[in-house]
Amino acid sequence: MKYLDEYRDQIIAEKLLDEIRRTVTRPWVIMEVCGGQTHSIVKYGLDYLLPPEIELVHGPGCPVCVTPLDMIDRAHAIARRPDVIFCSFGDMLRVPGSSGDLFQVRAAGGNVRIVYSPMDCLKIAQNNPDKKVVFFAIGFETTAPANAMAVFQAKALGLKNFSLLVSHVMVPPSITGILQSPNNRVQAFLGPGHVCAIMGWTEYEPIAARYKVPIAITGFEPVDLLEGILLTVRQLEQGRAEVENQYARAVTRDGLVAARRMIAQVFDIADRSWRGIGIIPKSGYKLNYAFRDHDADRIFQVENIRTREPEICISGQVLRGLKKPVDCPAFGTQCTPQTPLGATMVSAEGACAAYYNYGRHLVTVQVGA
Amino acid sequence: MCLAIPGKIVEFHENQGVRMSKVDFGGITREACLEYIPDAKLGDYVMVHVGFAISKVDEEEAARTYQYLAELGQLTDINSPDIDTVEETPDEVP
Repeated sequence: MKYLDEYRDQIIAEKLLDEIRRTVTRPWVIMEVCGGQTHSIVKYGLDYLLPPEIELVHGPGCPVCVTPLDMIDRAHAIARRPDVIFCSFGDMLRVPGSSGDLFQVRAAGGNVRIVYSPMDCLKIAQNNPDKKVVFFAIGFETTAPANAMAVFQAKALGLKNFSLLVSHVMVPPSITGILQSPNNRVQAFLGPGHVCAIMGWTEYEPIAARYKVPIAITGFEPVDLLEGILLTVRQLEQGRAEVENQYARAVTRDGLVAARRMIAQVFDIADRSWRGIGIIPKSGYKLNYAFRDHDADRIFQVENIRTREPEICISGQVLRGLKKPVDCPAFGTQCTPQTPLGATMVSAEGACAAYYNYGRHLVTVQVGA
Repeated sequence: MCLAIPGKIVEFHENQGVRMSKVDFGGITREACLEYIPDAKLGDYVMVHVGFAISKVDEEEAARTYQYLAELGQLTDINSPDIDTVEETPDEVP
């Protein structure tokens, strides 16, 4: 069965590649927004299979990568407190702050726990009434409804010892930010499949119309990505700029209404700082006033945070599609997943880490050959 | 981070007013909240992200996606030995 599936996928992939080759007549720059898409593209070498006219650049959709350093330091300061149980998704634990990572905080006696779901933290809070349980709420719109439900339930149950340290970001403002940048090169986007499973795609329609960029909401498997690329290339060649939905098996125009309602009930839209990029206005969520007693930023006023990013790091330009990981002099030498200097190397979904993990620092490949 | 893993709903329950389920991911069973997919039924396949169902899928698609995520090494959300398991609180007896 496995063999048949792979065989079928390979035939579809070849057909899509043929169709992309037939459609393209001139150079186009397409950005895949989501880090999961980047991971898939680099793992399967899809960029090498495309005709030379098409350049894929990698977007800012890696939440672990774009969580700002001062927020990481804030998390570490809270996690070090003896009265706190600090809970997080596993991929945040290796992210280095100004001094060490959460694993080191744990080794030094901090009570740091990896959870599968934010809902697990409610049980931890119930079982440990003498401790303050803090969950590090990072992520895009895909994760926001889960974190919103956790804090909503905590309030409903009167769990006063549960709080969220919120560093939530949203995709559409980051796309707008990239398009408004004076040296922008991106001409079309593969939209984030699971973000749109929650949010639908209505927010993307004014962006496509205003900036005249095609956007194809796209899944994560090789065949999805090739189909998304074909949809955007067709639009580019025909001079259209619309939102199309490649990922129809998971995404509807309005998304999940109950999830959007929960986000709106718990969060307000706020300015957020993105690691490697800087502050983007109205680009994320913060807890609204009704949930102030569950806001770790208010409960633990961490002060005196000063951070500095290494000057050599070009992750900001990588996140905006201006440069590739291999353009960086530190890539694969000073900067590796074990010793990351910047945003795009800290998570496996970051473009630099994906390039490194699949050996792109070791070989030079003739693209499109 | 935004990836979702397909699994089969094998049990429904309610936890303090929230609609929850047990979802089987190729042999590993985890809790998933169904509040956002209100029409999910027993035996349905759903895509689960951080313990929340975010869309329904059909069985064949679920199998293909699962195999693909395994190939990518992206099943750590459910099977990582680093995840701290939380003691179940016994259901309240009225």
